[in-house]
Amino acid sequence: MSPLPDLICPAGSLPALKAAVDNGADAVYLGYKNDTNARNFAGLNFDTKTMADGIRYAHGKGREVLLAINTFAQAGRVADWQKAVDAAVDQGVDAIILADVGLLDYARNRHPQQRLHLSVQGSATSYEAINFCQREFGVRRAVLPRVLTLAQVEHVIKNTTVEIEVFGFGSLCVMNEGRCWLSSYACGESPNTVGACSPAKYVKWDKQPGRMDTRLNGVLIDRFGDDEPAGYPTLCKGRFEVQGETYYALEEPTSLNVLPILPDIIKIGVRAIKVEGRQRSPAYVTQVTRTLRAALDALKDGGERYHVKPAWQAELAKVSEGSQATLGAYNRPWR
Amino acid sequence: MNANFTIPRFRLPAFVASLGHKLPQWPHTLALVAALNAALKMKLLPESELLLLEDKLFRVRVNDTGGEASYTYRNGMFRPVFRPTREPDLAFAANLSAYLQLLARQEDPDTLFFNRELEITGDTELGLIVKNMLDAIELPRLPRLPLTSH
Repeated sequence: MSPLPDLICPAGSLPALKAAVDNGADAVYLGYKNDTNARNFAGLNFDTKTMADGIRYAHGKGREVLLAINTFAQAGRVADWQKAVDAAVDQGVDAIILADVGLLDYARNRHPQQRLHLSVQGSATSYEAINFCQREFGVRRAVLPRVLTLAQVEHVIKNTTVEIEVFGFGSLCVMNEGRCWLSSYACGESPNTVGACSPAKYVKWDKQPGRMDTRLNGVLIDRFGDDEPAGYPTLCKGRFEVQGETYYALEEPTSLNVLPILPDIIKIGVRAIKVEGRQRSPAYVTQVTRTLRAALDALKDGGERYHVKPAWQAELAKVSEGSQATLGAYNRPWR
Repeated sequence: MNANFTIPRFRLPAFVASLGHKLPQWPHTLALVAALNAALKMKLLPESELLLLEDKLFRVRVNDTGGEASYTYRNGMFRPVFRPTREPDLAFAANLSAYLQLLARQEDPDTLFFNRELEITGDTELGLIVKNMLDAIELPRLPRLPLTSH
């Protein structure tokens, strides 16, 4: 059996960071309060002071802090992203998670000692792309987009010495990560430009008798009956009329949950498992971290008797988007 | 309190709400506003985000008790609004158990929203600011009473 992968948990605030550390995360990932990261939501994330407090707390308990600077530097403002990289190095984060090749190049040249990870937003799905980032920028770990089957993940791992991190739990989207402009189609802003998908100022939940309408910049994207579970107000999870039928034409509101295939993920040599959800509350971070920690620990001694406990699944199902979970691409038949 | 204590999901019987509608709304409105102002006094709420709440009208409705409270934030204080003359900028509606679970940090608002146990209407960005502001509060750790520690 391969060694246990690190459990990487999200932190949108200091209490969330502490919840992750206290419940068994090996590392937390976070971002600054600006558009240098892809969860740039009002009131979320860290300033220099809370970041310093967070790093102190995590390091005090022997855990790592990974900083996401995972949006693309905008024309005329490249210095803002470079400053974020410099600040992260100054603050002593264990690694910086980058997507923009220009920034990777900057970080590599300016701070050759700094550990760099390739963000999921970097959209590298092949070992050739990952090995390129290793050769050119010294990338030590790559986070894979959520579009690969388990066999494809294994193929990547066999052909690179870069550590591979995959997603283990969290909301799914259409997953054209780092290349998605759907949000811009409706409201002119998307993760790649402002660091947020479907920014809240464009979202309207309109309560009507017996139903709730979701509008994104005035465009009706979904309509829920009173007893139907809801999801995030993104275009990819909207219901659309296609050839006379109205349904989730792109992606259903759902969350990824890899517990049933956790032994296989470990066997193929995945180095780290990431939990999505920096926009979520400390309660979510507590619940998900605790559950994944318990599952990983159950595999510590070879995991011959590993079975997914119903209590774990119930806990994760409850916090899932649309109240449902899936194995995502991992078990799809496509190649 | 026992660390394993969890607030169950419950719904009060319908007659409570029908009774609640007939009761005056000022006692719990004052209680809520007093609690928010106490949090202000303890400097638990970040000033940069408080500025964004200025003059906004909020409404918190508890479906199964029939209670609701409207309040605003003006000149550094939360203030009750007993007779709102306009629609709130931001409105929450949920059963009592959902609010208790939120306050105890037992459930995440997104979870309650996905499960349709929490309704948020009005200015969504304002809702996100409030949610993230509450999430970022570092709750003081309560001292353990000798009786409950083993």
